[in-house]
Amino acid sequence: MTDPNTLSPDLETLDLETHDKTFLDANELVINMGPQHPATHGVLRVILRLDGEKVMGLECVIGYLHRGVEKIAENRTYTMFNPYVDRMDYVAAVSNGLGYCEAVEKLLNVEAPPRAQYVRVILTELNRMASHQLWLGTHALDIGAITPLFYTFRDREEILKIFEKYCGARLTTHAFRIGGLQYETYEGFEKEVKTFVSFVRPKIDEYEELLTTNRIWLERTKGVGKISGKDAIALGVTGPVLRASGVKWDIRKALPYANYKNFDFDIPTGENGDTYDRYLVRMAEFRQSLRIIEQAVDNIPEGPIMAKVPKVIKPPVGEIYHSIEAPKGELGFFIVSDGSTQPYRIRVRPPSFVNLQALDVMCRGQLVADVIAVIGTLDIVLGEVDR
Amino acid sequence: MIHTLIQYIQSYLDSDKTPGGAGNIFWAIVYIMLVFVGLSVAVIAMNWLERKILAHMQVRLGPMRVGPHGLLQPIADAIKLLLKEDIIPAEADAAVFWIAPFIVVLAAFTVFVVVPFGPTHAITDMNIGILFMLGVSSLSVLGIVTAGWASNSHYPLIGALRSSAQMVSYEVAMGLAVISAIMMTSLNDQSTGTLSMIGIVQAQLAQGEWFIFKFFPLGLIGFGIFAIAMVAETNRAPFDLPEAESELTAGFHTEYSGFRWSLFFLAEYSAMIAVSSIAVTLWLGGWLRPFPNLLSGPTWDLLFSLFPGVSFLLLAVMCFYNTARMPKHPLFRVQTIGLAGFGVVLGLIGLILFIPAVRIRVTDIFWFATKVAAFMYLYIWYRGTFPRYRFDQLMKVGWKVLLPTGLALLILTALVGMRAELWAELQGAWRP
Repeated sequence: MTDPNTLSPDLETLDLETHDKTFLDANELVINMGPQHPATHGVLRVILRLDGEKVMGLECVIGYLHRGVEKIAENRTYTMFNPYVDRMDYVAAVSNGLGYCEAVEKLLNVEAPPRAQYVRVILTELNRMASHQLWLGTHALDIGAITPLFYTFRDREEILKIFEKYCGARLTTHAFRIGGLQYETYEGFEKEVKTFVSFVRPKIDEYEELLTTNRIWLERTKGVGKISGKDAIALGVTGPVLRASGVKWDIRKALPYANYKNFDFDIPTGENGDTYDRYLVRMAEFRQSLRIIEQAVDNIPEGPIMAKVPKVIKPPVGEIYHSIEAPKGELGFFIVSDGSTQPYRIRVRPPSFVNLQALDVMCRGQLVADVIAVIGTLDIVLGEVDR
Repeated sequence: MIHTLIQYIQSYLDSDKTPGGAGNIFWAIVYIMLVFVGLSVAVIAMNWLERKILAHMQVRLGPMRVGPHGLLQPIADAIKLLLKEDIIPAEADAAVFWIAPFIVVLAAFTVFVVVPFGPTHAITDMNIGILFMLGVSSLSVLGIVTAGWASNSHYPLIGALRSSAQMVSYEVAMGLAVISAIMMTSLNDQSTGTLSMIGIVQAQLAQGEWFIFKFFPLGLIGFGIFAIAMVAETNRAPFDLPEAESELTAGFHTEYSGFRWSLFFLAEYSAMIAVSSIAVTLWLGGWLRPFPNLLSGPTWDLLFSLFPGVSFLLLAVMCFYNTARMPKHPLFRVQTIGLAGFGVVLGLIGLILFIPAVRIRVTDIFWFATKVAAFMYLYIWYRGTFPRYRFDQLMKVGWKVLLPTGLALLILTALVGMRAELWAELQGAWRP
């Protein structure tokens, strides 16, 4: 048995056999993919057992980016911990901030004012698009199409410019405060967001033109990394990966938070649960995000941007679980308060971490090239997996 | 003594043979040097062009810093690669590791012995030219396999295995397409086909059409099969599995660095040029200018022979235009002067190409190079557009699509080519 304190288990101690007893020793090749590898999206290490190019089993080794965010939370006040959550899923920092702020607000039993709610939705949806753009670019790059990466980054830049104008940061935005917003929106915010919406709509068609009907793209993604809705639910998979398997589960609709119930949008779902369906679901989500942003921008009410929140945040004793639909899936915050200024315990349920467990199920019996495609389609961010 | 030597050198200029064919060692060496230098320059130019064209396809600028518009970037890269430490992994089989890149480079360069840049502009003309080219160019897989094996590392090994399987299976389809083109050369009065590269082009001239248009669409299909197979053969996108960056880091040359890596790079690009020149020779009329039979006569000859000079002058004009567009800032002074200088050099080359003595000798080379350059652009275009095939899909395309198509094409070409004889035979059988 591996010592639980050992950070990186060695190849000898890995217990791959218990998963699958049909290994043919003579033919198998153990390959260590990562943590330094161009296609593992950061510092993921995947130990592959191959028969030729066929994947017989794989084991993910994570923890190379572990910073102990949850432990840090126990030694920070609620306000001080707010910027740390941005560093978990750093490509969707705004979503993380929303999840954390709403969880603490729920604990405090306050609600952000309507104006703040609308701006929050706009920024979060913009961030969802930025995250999906990064996913699309890198996923296509993994499959060998290098050009979409530059197209998506060009358009993602416009989103980051809006963030930068709003709060001065592009990536780790720290856009929200507990109880509302960090800043009042800048002059011309609505106009700029509207311009962006009309700018990016044809660009999404442009991405689709490059890939959706591309013969090689279809061959590389159809039927690859299949996961059934049942399996996906059993493994706790959420987000676009779950929806592509035909399960209509979106927390924005199922357990509405912020003011998502005021908006009219659809939940795109797939049928086959393969890589191509996940691609289509995310492409459809681009358009749904645009719909939400359009509705929100037109209806931003006037009013305060902060609710009445005490200077020193001291929630009552209790515990709370609040989850939101982050771009990658269900992002949950479980906060235990002992009545002091610091949380007693914070547990984060990161979508990437939970989705990553499906990798083995999705890859078994496929080829090495498919592992890359599946890692790309899971859309993991190692900062969030390891925390 | 010296007189004899000069006569020996001069005698070739009057002959209408290749240096190899005339048995003139001096000119053969000159040609080898020219091909070697020209090829190296072409690879350097390709490096720059690929980065620039790909960059412009991907809404970015590409190299801009070293030299005007990054013109000196490939040279800077070459110097960097030469100065880099040459690492041989401790676990590697040093001797095999050392020799592998040379096998690849040798194979890639040797094929140019028979490439016909013009009716006399080839180092030599073998009567088995096309076989020689296919044979020698397929030797490069040996270098790739040994490179992957000698690295003693997993990723290179997988890359080498992929490469060998890929090259072997695509060579079959390639060969079938080539045979169908060779069969077309025998459609003359004497029914004499040829395997000589020069002979193949001359057959196209004699029959008055490029083989790509022969027996439409048979020639086109043959060309298509070859065009797909040659991309696979040179391990380029979308068939770049042996060096699939996102899967195998760098495939068979993962463990190579510095000079040895640059040899692989050199070999890859010269192999691209080599297979493109096979395609040009077999289907696109080699050195023939457009419509050599239709628009013949001294006026047309003169007009078409002005093309090389004009195109160089156009390039020069483009350089001057960009010089004028350079930012007017002291920091850009050197770059502006450099770009203008480059324009002047191109312009001078263009003017030299107008001199009648040069013009006549260079036109053929120009048309050949232009056709090859079109293929080079295609290569870059593919890379900017397509995702990568998976290994089993690649095999499927090779064995289940290209190979049957190639076989069918072979039979159809034979039937169509021999239709008159067949018809006569059939009639004879019908009415004895």
